[in-house]
Amino acid sequence: MKKIHIILLVLIAGSIAVLISFLKASTTYDTIETAKEKPGKFVHMIAKLDRSQPIEYDAVKDPNYLSFTAVDSLGQTVKVVYRNAKPDNLEGSERLVLKGAYENNHFECKEIMMKCPSKYKDDMKAAEKNIQETTETSPANNQTAEKKL
Amino acid sequence: MGYIGEHLLPGQLGHFFITLSLVASAIAAFAYFKSANAISEPEAYQWKKLGRYAFFTEVIAVVSIFITLFYIIHSHYFEYKYAWQHTSLSLEVKYMLASFWEGQEGSFLLWIFWHCILGLFLIRGGKAWEAPVMSILSLVQFSLATMIAGIYIFGWKLGSNPFILLRDSGVLDNAPALHMNFDVTQPMKPDYLASITDGNDLNPLLQNYWMVIHPPVLFLGFASTVVPFAFVMAALWKKKFSEWLKPALPWALFSAAVLGLGIMMGAAWAYESLTFGGYWAWDPVENASLVPWMVMIAGIHCLLIFKHSGHSLRITHLFFILAFGLVLYSTFLTRSGILGDTSVHAFTDLGMNLQLSVFLGLFVLPPLLLFAFRYKQIPTVAKEENTSSREFWMFVGSLVFFLSAAVIIVKTSLPAFVKVAPPEDPEFAYNRIQVYVAIVVAALTAISQYLKYKSTPGSFFWKKIWLPTLISVIISSLILAFGNIDYNKYGYGFLGSIWLAIACSVYAIIANAAYIWLGMKGSLKLSGGSIAHLGFGLVLLGILISSSKKEVLSYNTSGIAINFGEGSKEKTGENLTLVKGIRTDMGKYWVTYEGSRQHPKKQLWYYDVMFESKDGKEKFDLHPNAFINYKGNEGLMANPSSRHYWDHDVFTYITSLPDPTKNKDTAQFKNKLLKIGDTIFYSKGYFILEKVLTRDSIPTDKGFDPDSRASLATIKVHSLNNSTYTAQPLLVFQKGRQYSIPDTVISQDLIVAINSVDGDKVDMGYKEPDTIMQYLTLKAYKFPYINLLWLGVIITVTGIIISMVHRSRLNRISVSRS
Repeated sequence: MKKIHIILLVLIAGSIAVLISFLKASTTYDTIETAKEKPGKFVHMIAKLDRSQPIEYDAVKDPNYLSFTAVDSLGQTVKVVYRNAKPDNLEGSERLVLKGAYENNHFECKEIMMKCPSKYKDDMKAAEKNIQETTETSPANNQTAEKKL
Repeated sequence: MGYIGEHLLPGQLGHFFITLSLVASAIAAFAYFKSANAISEPEAYQWKKLGRYAFFTEVIAVVSIFITLFYIIHSHYFEYKYAWQHTSLSLEVKYMLASFWEGQEGSFLLWIFWHCILGLFLIRGGKAWEAPVMSILSLVQFSLATMIAGIYIFGWKLGSNPFILLRDSGVLDNAPALHMNFDVTQPMKPDYLASITDGNDLNPLLQNYWMVIHPPVLFLGFASTVVPFAFVMAALWKKKFSEWLKPALPWALFSAAVLGLGIMMGAAWAYESLTFGGYWAWDPVENASLVPWMVMIAGIHCLLIFKHSGHSLRITHLFFILAFGLVLYSTFLTRSGILGDTSVHAFTDLGMNLQLSVFLGLFVLPPLLLFAFRYKQIPTVAKEENTSSREFWMFVGSLVFFLSAAVIIVKTSLPAFVKVAPPEDPEFAYNRIQVYVAIVVAALTAISQYLKYKSTPGSFFWKKIWLPTLISVIISSLILAFGNIDYNKYGYGFLGSIWLAIACSVYAIIANAAYIWLGMKGSLKLSGGSIAHLGFGLVLLGILISSSKKEVLSYNTSGIAINFGEGSKEKTGENLTLVKGIRTDMGKYWVTYEGSRQHPKKQLWYYDVMFESKDGKEKFDLHPNAFINYKGNEGLMANPSSRHYWDHDVFTYITSLPDPTKNKDTAQFKNKLLKIGDTIFYSKGYFILEKVLTRDSIPTDKGFDPDSRASLATIKVHSLNNSTYTAQPLLVFQKGRQYSIPDTVISQDLIVAINSVDGDKVDMGYKEPDTIMQYLTLKAYKFPYINLLWLGVIITVTGIIISMVHRSRLNRISVSRS
């Protein structure tokens, strides 16, 4: 066997070992219920912002404390604490991927990713909303065929 | 049925040219195929001529598509979905190109366009390789053209056409006001277009000069991987396994240089204008473009090994196939949306996943099969490489690079195929492995050049390498001893690896710089490789130092923060709130939020933040900005600002601002009946009702009926600090209803409105939203030695280009001699 083949085998074995360790380090996607079942374990919890509950964030008091309620499609809710600034458009988000662990009756969140099933569709939705709003609040536009510049 | 105001000609031209390019590329592929397989010389020539004409037609068609689409965007023809979706009237001309490639269709077009340009060069210098290579390229071109075709075949949609009309795109289907009788089941109104007064605009985060220059470079990099691939395919097809390497090498170098530059421009963009707090986050989008580059580099090194020693020919074929395949794979990953949950990037899904996977399958599986089929016929050298030979260690380096790429892409794709989520600390999951790759690769780049091909006498090797090695040991010891590199967040094991990697990077820099003199006698023309390796060493060193010494400046040390107790046991937060005008303690700096200004046309605000170092040596302003509630995107989108020094950057961006809607609601309107000339006092001064005008027509641009009436009050506001302002609230009467449109004097936190008008008596309302504090919350970082990274990138790219020029000159000389 050539030396190069030995090196090749060693490197490939190394790569496989790396991937296996990566797989071990990888976490899971969870619902609120399953996240609650494994307190202290780091998970990716998929939920939505519960818009019926207040969002607690006051940058003047503490810019590193955000708390809100998350709800998922199964109807479970959980209080989420995120010790960081409130993400840009939390209120506008459609879906949240919350990275963290459930502990002491709340979900201690390390990172929030705001998601839409597709950004493209979401843009379109926002745009549709814009069109509908402009056309609804100003019926005038529809009756006068103004020449566009 | 006709619609008023539409410009249909450009769209029809666009459709025509797309069809033309589809047909022309198919003909080119076929004609070149026949030419390559022709038995007689004249037959081959005839087919080649046809192939060329077809390809020139394709080039003209693509350029025409480009011009037509740009014309539509530039003319604000919002009847086209592409213009409506990606631009607006207020979009600056300089960003129109950015909006051109914001959409999937535009970026495919860019890709196709670059293939055209590359094809022209291949025709010019392709010689015997022209026919087979152009046949492959045209086939790829044809497949890409289907991506923008937007045609239906047996009810199956093929591609997404950029020239689709807004009214055909489905966007307007749910807007009753645009349909006959306000009924969405009815057809559109003939004058529907009058309601579409403005477009949706380019995503504000992309309104950035990087968005104008980064995609063309990156896509040229992506596009150029097709050339080595096409050469490999041609070689396997025509069974000319070694002749292709010479003409392909400059192309592979070109591809590596441009793709590398494109990727790092993306990193620079992320660093400079996005708020990821860094230049690299091992995000799927980044990984997907890095991996083809790494494989391309591995391929280039194997090609050189073959040229000088006859080894590694088979794997060179494989690497160039995979480099192109990985470009397609990354296209699939980033455009199909299957990794949506793992990336901060917004993936767009046009519903073309099947088509994308067919595209991927078509250009990966058959080439690999052909490679496997021909494998035995590709010549190899039976003799084993000597461990003292350059090729042996180059091959080891290439393998490490390739396997590292494989590991990265598998890790990236895993969540798409297996039901797992990324690890808790995804960046560390990559870094802890890649740091060893950096160590091995940096050490090998330092040493390999001092080895000779075939075998190296020990005395020769040591005689040359001892000096650079000694210098590197000294310099890295100094860096490690005095550089305070004590990043122990992940323990001392990882810190040790970082130290070793820094030492190896220094070694790579010094040894390669020295080799320019020791090995190449100072000839820069011949030293492309050494220069590129030197630059690569600088890149590694820059990455290692800037990431391990990145400092958060904005640890919340201000007195204002009232910690909520329960969580403050952990680290202090990285966000700091600054109240306007109040000098706040931030580590080494005093920072003051001085004020804000608005962009003249957009909901874009600039904030002036003054930094003063406590030792009094530095004083500077940073101007982070943010889009606020822009075009239906709620919330803020922030752009950072940084102060550059030669050895570090101070970098800040806004993370939170007061919520204007929340503040407005707390105050109540106070109402008073006023006559002209009456005065009202408010907390910061007084205001006078100057006059009330009744206007029979009001500007329709606010969306009101031309036959509506309005009362316009003019109010002079005198503040205590002697400033005067004018406020003009409106009361509109339209179809028996009245609407009050209040006016705000922002700097005075004062809102005035008219409730009713009766002769010269006016019922005025005013409110002062609880003199709210103006504040902003920001994060600030210090990135040391980031310039090493950028400098390294420039040197690497320069080095590769020097090699490319040198190699293609050699090719020309050898051709003219033969």
